[in-house]
Amino acid sequence: MFENLTDKIESAFSFFNKITRLDEKQADEGLRKIRQALLESDVALSVTKKFIEDVKPKIIGQEVLKSITPGQMIIKIVNDELINVLGSEKSDLNLENVPPVKILVVGLQGSGKTTSTAKLAHFLQKKLTKKVLMTSLDIYRPAAQQQLQVLGNDNDIKTLPIIEGQLPVEISKRALNAVSLSGEDVVIFDTAGRTQIDQQMMMELKQLENEIRPHEIILVADSLTGQDAVNIAQEFQKTVNLSSIILTRIDGDGKGGAALSMKAVTGCPIKFLATGEKIDQLETFHPDRIANRILGMGDVVSLVEKVAEDLEQEKIEKIEDDIKKGSFTFDTYLQQIRQMKKVGGMSGVLSMMPGVSKMKKQIDESNLDESLLNKQEAIILSMTQKERDNPKIIGGSRKKRIANGSGTDISMVNKLLKQHKMMTNVMKKMSKGGRGALQGLDGIPPDLLNNLK
Amino acid sequence: MQIFKKISEGLKKTSKNFGNGINDIFKKSKPSNEILQDLGDFMISSDIGLPLTEKIIQNIKNKKFSDEELNQKNFLEILTNEMLEILEPVEENIFNKSNGLKTILVCGVNGTGKTTTIGKLCKILKDNNSKVIVGAADTFRAAAIEQLDNWCQKNSIDIEKSDPGADPAAVAFKTLEKAKLNNYDYCIIDTAGRLHNKKNLMDEFSKIIRVMKKIDENAPEKTIIVLDATTGQNALNQIEEFNKISKLSGLIMTKLDGTAKGGVLLSITEKYKLPIYAIGVGEQVDDLQPFVAKDFVKAFLAKNN
Ligand SMILES: Nc1nc2c(ncn2[C@@H]2O[C@H](COP(=O)(O)OP(=O)(O)OP(=O)(O)O)[C@@H](O)[C@H]2O)c(=O)[nH]1
Ligand SMILES: Nc1nc2c(ncn2[C@@H]2O[C@H](COP(=O)(O)OP(=O)(O)O)[C@@H](O)[C@H]2O)c(=O)[nH]1
Ligand SMILES: [Mg+2]
Ligand SMILES: [Mg+2]
Repeated sequence: MFENLTDKIESAFSFFNKITRLDEKQADEGLRKIRQALLESDVALSVTKKFIEDVKPKIIGQEVLKSITPGQMIIKIVNDELINVLGSEKSDLNLENVPPVKILVVGLQGSGKTTSTAKLAHFLQKKLTKKVLMTSLDIYRPAAQQQLQVLGNDNDIKTLPIIEGQLPVEISKRALNAVSLSGEDVVIFDTAGRTQIDQQMMMELKQLENEIRPHEIILVADSLTGQDAVNIAQEFQKTVNLSSIILTRIDGDGKGGAALSMKAVTGCPIKFLATGEKIDQLETFHPDRIANRILGMGDVVSLVEKVAEDLEQEKIEKIEDDIKKGSFTFDTYLQQIRQMKKVGGMSGVLSMMPGVSKMKKQIDESNLDESLLNKQEAIILSMTQKERDNPKIIGGSRKKRIANGSGTDISMVNKLLKQHKMMTNVMKKMSKGGRGALQGLDGIPPDLLNNLK
Repeated sequence: MQIFKKISEGLKKTSKNFGNGINDIFKKSKPSNEILQDLGDFMISSDIGLPLTEKIIQNIKNKKFSDEELNQKNFLEILTNEMLEILEPVEENIFNKSNGLKTILVCGVNGTGKTTTIGKLCKILKDNNSKVIVGAADTFRAAAIEQLDNWCQKNSIDIEKSDPGADPAAVAFKTLEKAKLNNYDYCIIDTAGRLHNKKNLMDEFSKIIRVMKKIDENAPEKTIIVLDATTGQNALNQIEEFNKISKLSGLIMTKLDGTAKGGVLLSITEKYKLPIYAIGVGEQVDDLQPFVAKDFVKAFLAKNN
């Protein structure tokens, strides 16, 4: 029974007293497992090594959320970093050019170029109401040109008529001529598959690039690709000016490590995922989906996210509680700053005060300096525990030390001390009258607001 | 032409100045932890996969070697032997003349090289004086029938086909029927690429087999899966799932003329002991070689990451 009570007390204080942070040993241990997961998902070894190296500093020192194990916390951090490397920003096709926009599709044999060409054309026609011409430059694989033609006929996409015996460069010229006459918005060139070490075929690609001067060169790659993904992507990029990647066969059960390998070595955004053999099975890229596959720990990630959400709520309530009790130490303020940096910056800090929402307008109009938060955080971190609990003891020499330690200056420290005093006063007034007391308050004292600018 | 020669030629085509691959690793003397680490890296980068890499490293660690054995050349031998031990038992040549009709069903995921491999295989069998007929049972992919037809015309092989969209099982049935009636030696069925995790497509595949068995209970004599060397660890899932539908007889790995090493073959062999019939080393008709473990391992170790 007593144990229970102690538990409760402990957990109630744990935000402020028992924050555990990940240390190097935990990071190494967790990353060993991550390394294994990445390699088993076909992320190239060199990319895996680099990724582990880069993510490690992001793990060490991170706060472990209550009721989450260090291992789970590491998985969450790694997941976020994966999403980050895969490219969290949405990246559209480069269509903002004087028509015709020219797109060249390249890749290994059987990676899905022809199918993706047709899907892309379909997408541009259906979703963006562009007029498109497709042209096959694959004179090598038997019936490759027919394949594109059939796809065009079946889906009402125009294809350049096939003339037997023409070379790829000749065909591309003919296509450019044709669009200049019939005025399509976009022309997509499908090419023959080639291994990246076939110099003759890579030369042909270079030649086509020079001839066509494409606005987009898309590498179509199989998401089931293994370790070779880095070599493939690198060599294609060396030969031509790759601008994006389409990953195919996402409808398979592959782990998709090639996505990370290729993105990491080329820096080219992955713009689409191909998810089937049918014409409309082309989706815009979602990094979280791929990250989830590569890591294979979606459950853990959503668990951590859920806990983080709950915790955010709990922390806010705890701060509100402290404020109502009138205990407003620098530790409370530090927590607040950190919370608010996540939620809404400086204006957020102020709107935290219970009932302040009606002052929202006043806050919005007062042009707060958001970088102030970082400086204030640094200043508080440079204070000793005693100073944080009892700011009255901070005299001249302590101020100097704090200013030095935080890389700010004495006037900044003074400003923060003054602000804290003013906020404490506001809190006191509020705590006397409970939430309702704020109604009596006529907005935020102008002094306090000015101090934050 | 020997594969090794072919692959070395491929390497000469390389624009990039590669390092010395495996040789660099063994210049260092004893299998210290550092060397074993490098060796592990080499194996992982070759798609051998983590579990088998760890197992081989452990094997080498457990063995005691004399200084002499450890000099570079001999150590390479040690590794070569580890690999041969796995691969040699699954060597199997299927290019010989058959006595009586043999049916071969070719399957695999999309774009691995099924149709091309059939084109090459037919040529070899025909050159061995076999009478060959193929069935164009990929009625789904655009111009897949024309693609196979094109190969057959070039090499004067008989083909049985229907219209696009026709029932693939019916095409297989028709082809086998014709093969029986006309005393063919080989009946080879090309199928559409299908991902092994798609229930409807796998059902379609099992229907093809069911229907063939109506003509001949033993058909198909061989069900061959075609794997792409650039594929990573997913190749293991492909084998697992296709094997569930119909016991696979063996495999062919294509695209070994690229830089991918196809190390996953070792993991597959460890687990399934599937015969390896041939490897594809290019897009031309003569670019299909019987699988010879010694040559494969030699090329594997010579090829650079
Ligand atoms: N470099 C190289 N390319 C190959 C090899 N085998 C096949 N290809 C190429 O890979 C591509 C796909 O080959 P296909 O024979 O059409 O493959 P498939 O499995 O029949 O494809 P689907 O029927 O579309 O699933 C073609 O461009 C072939 O030329 C090989 O051994 N080496
Ligand atoms: N399941 C699946 N199959 C695909 C996808 N993209 C292409 N394919 C198939 O992969 C095979 C090769 O595609 P193709 O476009 O001819 O490849 P190319 O040789 O690069 O032009 C065909 O069987 C396509 O139907 C995809 O996203 N998912
Ligand atoms: Mg194609
Ligand atoms: Mg085919």
